[in-house]
Amino acid sequence: MKKRFLALVLAVLMTAALCACGGGKSQTVQATDNPTGSAGEQAPGKELTVGIAADLDTSLDPHVSSSSAGTREVLFNIFEGLVKPDTDGNLIPAIAEEYTVNETADIYTYTLREGVRFHNGKTVTVGDVVYSLTRAAGLETGEPLVSELGGIASVEAKDDRTVVVRLKASDAEFNAYMHAAIIPEGIDPNAEVVGTGPFRFVSRTPQDSIVLERFADYWGEGAKADRVTLKVIPDGQTMVMSLRSGAIDMTNHLSASQIADLRDLTILEGGSNIIQALYLNNDFEPFRDLRVRQALCYAIDRQGVIDLANDGHGIPLGSSMIPSMGKYVVPELLDVYRPDAEKARALLKEAGYENLSFSITVPSNMPAHVDAAQVIVEQLRAVGINAEIKLVEWATWYDETYKGRRFESTVVGMDTHSLAASGCLARFVSDSGKNFINFKNDEYDETYRKALATVDEQEQTELFKRCETILTEQAANVYIQDAASFAVMQKNVSGYRFYPALYIMDLSTLDRAA
Amino acid sequence: MINTKDKSFRVGAGITGFMLLVILIGLLWTPYDPNAMNAAEKMASPGLRHLFGTDNFGRDIFSRVVQGSGATLLIALCSVGLGLLFGLLIGGLTGFYGGWVDEVLMRLNDSITAFPSLLLALVLIAVFHSGKYNIILALGIIFIPSFARIVRMEVARQKALDYVQNARLMGVKDMRILFVHIMPNILPVLLSAVAIGFNNAVLAEASMSYLGLGVQPPDPSLGRMLSEAQTYLLRAPWYALSVGGAIVLLVLGFGLLSEGLGGESRA
Amino acid sequence: MHYVLKKTGVLLATLLLVSLFAFLAFEIIPGDPTTMLLGSDYTPERAEALRQSLGLDRNVFVRFFDWLFAFLRGDMGTSYSYSMPVREVLRGKIAVTAVLSLMSWVLVVSVSVPLGIALVRYQNKAFGRICNPLNQVIMAIPTFFLGILLTYVFGLVLKLFTPGRFIPFRESVSGCLVYLLFPALAISLPKIAKTARLLRASILGEMKQDYVLTAYSHGNSRWLVIKNHVVRNALLPVVTYLAMSLADIVASSIIVEQVFVVPGLGRLLVASISNRDYPVALSIVVMIASVVVVMNYLADILTQAVDPRVRLS
Repeated sequence: MKKRFLALVLAVLMTAALCACGGGKSQTVQATDNPTGSAGEQAPGKELTVGIAADLDTSLDPHVSSSSAGTREVLFNIFEGLVKPDTDGNLIPAIAEEYTVNETADIYTYTLREGVRFHNGKTVTVGDVVYSLTRAAGLETGEPLVSELGGIASVEAKDDRTVVVRLKASDAEFNAYMHAAIIPEGIDPNAEVVGTGPFRFVSRTPQDSIVLERFADYWGEGAKADRVTLKVIPDGQTMVMSLRSGAIDMTNHLSASQIADLRDLTILEGGSNIIQALYLNNDFEPFRDLRVRQALCYAIDRQGVIDLANDGHGIPLGSSMIPSMGKYVVPELLDVYRPDAEKARALLKEAGYENLSFSITVPSNMPAHVDAAQVIVEQLRAVGINAEIKLVEWATWYDETYKGRRFESTVVGMDTHSLAASGCLARFVSDSGKNFINFKNDEYDETYRKALATVDEQEQTELFKRCETILTEQAANVYIQDAASFAVMQKNVSGYRFYPALYIMDLSTLDRAA
Repeated sequence: MINTKDKSFRVGAGITGFMLLVILIGLLWTPYDPNAMNAAEKMASPGLRHLFGTDNFGRDIFSRVVQGSGATLLIALCSVGLGLLFGLLIGGLTGFYGGWVDEVLMRLNDSITAFPSLLLALVLIAVFHSGKYNIILALGIIFIPSFARIVRMEVARQKALDYVQNARLMGVKDMRILFVHIMPNILPVLLSAVAIGFNNAVLAEASMSYLGLGVQPPDPSLGRMLSEAQTYLLRAPWYALSVGGAIVLLVLGFGLLSEGLGGESRA
Repeated sequence: MHYVLKKTGVLLATLLLVSLFAFLAFEIIPGDPTTMLLGSDYTPERAEALRQSLGLDRNVFVRFFDWLFAFLRGDMGTSYSYSMPVREVLRGKIAVTAVLSLMSWVLVVSVSVPLGIALVRYQNKAFGRICNPLNQVIMAIPTFFLGILLTYVFGLVLKLFTPGRFIPFRESVSGCLVYLLFPALAISLPKIAKTARLLRASILGEMKQDYVLTAYSHGNSRWLVIKNHVVRNALLPVVTYLAMSLADIVASSIIVEQVFVVPGLGRLLVASISNRDYPVALSIVVMIASVVVVMNYLADILTQAVDPRVRLS
């Protein structure tokens, strides 16, 4: 008797769930066609709500290097440097109107634009620029806050519109670092968020939201929206539902599997500008052997990872270079290791690691990397390698894997802070503090140093390419992909643009149709 | 005491037996390798090839549900067993002897139960790292206080009853009274606590998986699969349904079984 | 009176232990708050300086008592992650979680008690036969999944609320309450099922007592016996359970707030644990645990007042 009731109950539940799911689809069309009226009524002007996956960092001090990618992409809207990147991967004048560089590429002279204002109403002076660069480069403390600016020897004001930056050594790429934020002298950047960008910071509520407002006195073409609220929504599925319900107008960094339920909204595909790889601790006993690292490269089929974990939306990588950094990319490196199980087995046998087993540490809050790691485990299993995923909290990953370098391998993505090749390559110099994989190669160190000092662009590019080639030949890591990133917005929202190479979310061009 | 004619018992035993059988067969054989991926068959709907369809990696959901049920059952049984074992020891001894040790242990107990269990699990997992066996350990530790509390109360109550006094007069040793005379009498209460604990363990594993700290992928567990399935609720409702169905069957089977065994009447 | 005094002493001791446990727990979690704050480029000297400025270089117990006395004075310290007083970080969030928990709790109490009684009264009718297994099924649905299902059904299909757009209390009281109703449902449904089952079992157990037989022998019908004699006694263990279930409710809200994007303590708690923002995490944990301990204390006193027989040593 009871069995029949159970069956009935189950049947009812199932139909209810199915109805709920089926019904959802047809209804959403309506939701998007009649855009959420209530948001518009609350305040005059154009308001936009944007979903972000993580709350911003502790400090909104733009010079603090601990900023996570998610924080930097938001700060891009508030702060500007002497120059700033554009959507074509060029550096365009921002606070500086123009700049000149001497022949040996060790003196850079910047002429400030007139009438650029900070959010607090004050005009940007050479004093502010000298102060900001001195602070960021750590000229007084001896410890650069922005590590890329470590090469600065001195910063001085020539007159009230000209700033001269002298370097310790030639660096033809130096201008790429000069999007470091200019902040007003005399305020504590930890306490007050004051920049010159198209948006000014209004308020933040921990783990809930950040409010930005259009900066009316912006020197350039100002922001389209009057007010942008960034809503913190850590759970991917909740983000998707908030988009469907109309609670948020836009979000970026969605994965291929997440957008499948959002087909009736506007979806833009771009690169995520992240180098996803199986990063190998080159100091872990088996991985000290080049043959073992190469065997892993042969065992892993990056296209397979892209197909399974990202529905095919991703650009395969052959080395540590973001694909949108055009001239530095060496496409041939993709062919160095073609998936080849036989070769992988042979190399392992040669090295004496036929029953290799190791762990893959993955931060548990990053589903994209967890997914990729799952595919990698399966691919490795096919050649007899036993890899085990170890999920850890982000804080633990950061502390033990990245800082402590106590790990065997890890799947994560690395981004770059600048449009210079060094952004991707500096971390593999043996004595770099960021060299968490313990890569040691004299030729690499030598080539990298030579590249930095080379003034001729062509020659320098070749040297950087050589660096990438060394990374691949040495199988420093198993490079996977730059996964596609999807920005999704309501039908009436437009103007979102992707930037090459950098992790940027430009809110200024975002607009809502009336 | 066990009334095998009881309807709850029979239904519960039927469901549990069925699940156990499926899990046991699953240890030896599943239609597909539960972890084998197939790019050509991602998100296939249920059919003859794949009974419950496939997931986002093209893995056979039926095979994974079978293996995942096994993993979840193992986690639930072992963690409840761990909690019960230490709960019996601590609760039994403190309830039987009383005194200041009892007082101190119960205060410790109270202060631990004051923390939401999920929070304790988060902290313990942060210390031990995640993984099947660490989850068992963490959940087991979390279950100890509640079992100890129940056992202590029951033992204290039984201690005052005539049969215990008689045994004492007859010179039976304390340990024998406690474990041979008293324990069988508190069995019904324990059964109900075990059933509830089992339910909680299954749910806790699911919650931890939702927060990303459950069983290590790619190995299946019902909790992890359910939190993966929620992303595909619209496109592949069968995924969540088959996993949810397995969870319900496991918990329901145990619940009815304990109810049928008379555990519910004195919870 | 002696009983109340003794219980109060025990309450204070428990609260002290709770704080100590919470403090020690955060002491042993791997992951150093300084590395989370300093980022990728820093020297050991800077880390040491930061540790000193945060006071992390001192003995654990010295820090514990410092923290405890400050906490008792109402000073919860400064958040590492937000460099602002913890009090400010928590502002507004306590109210949200309190309202959500209270709503869920009221739902549990007001639905589960009549339901539990009805389950006994209509035990052999269709109602009882459907509800019993249904109860078991509901108990078996993980909170986050129930939350997702409710969001789909009530948010996206029936459009009773806009998932993801929480309405703050100050904007609209009714709007806020309507929004919170759905997360409250997700929290309370499994609890209602559990409590109703417990009450049903308790009543059925009570029905075997001698006094019930006496009542029958006086010619009362089954329902009258239940209504007039049994329910009161059977409710006692349930009251204790309901007081304790508040801890569970708060735990569920950690998950549910995530699913429904409710800006309460739960999300902050998970975030502050993973960011190793101990001043915030500790304050929240101790507050939640204290509420639970106090509720248990009140339940004990209440039970004792209703039924002086219950005087367990």
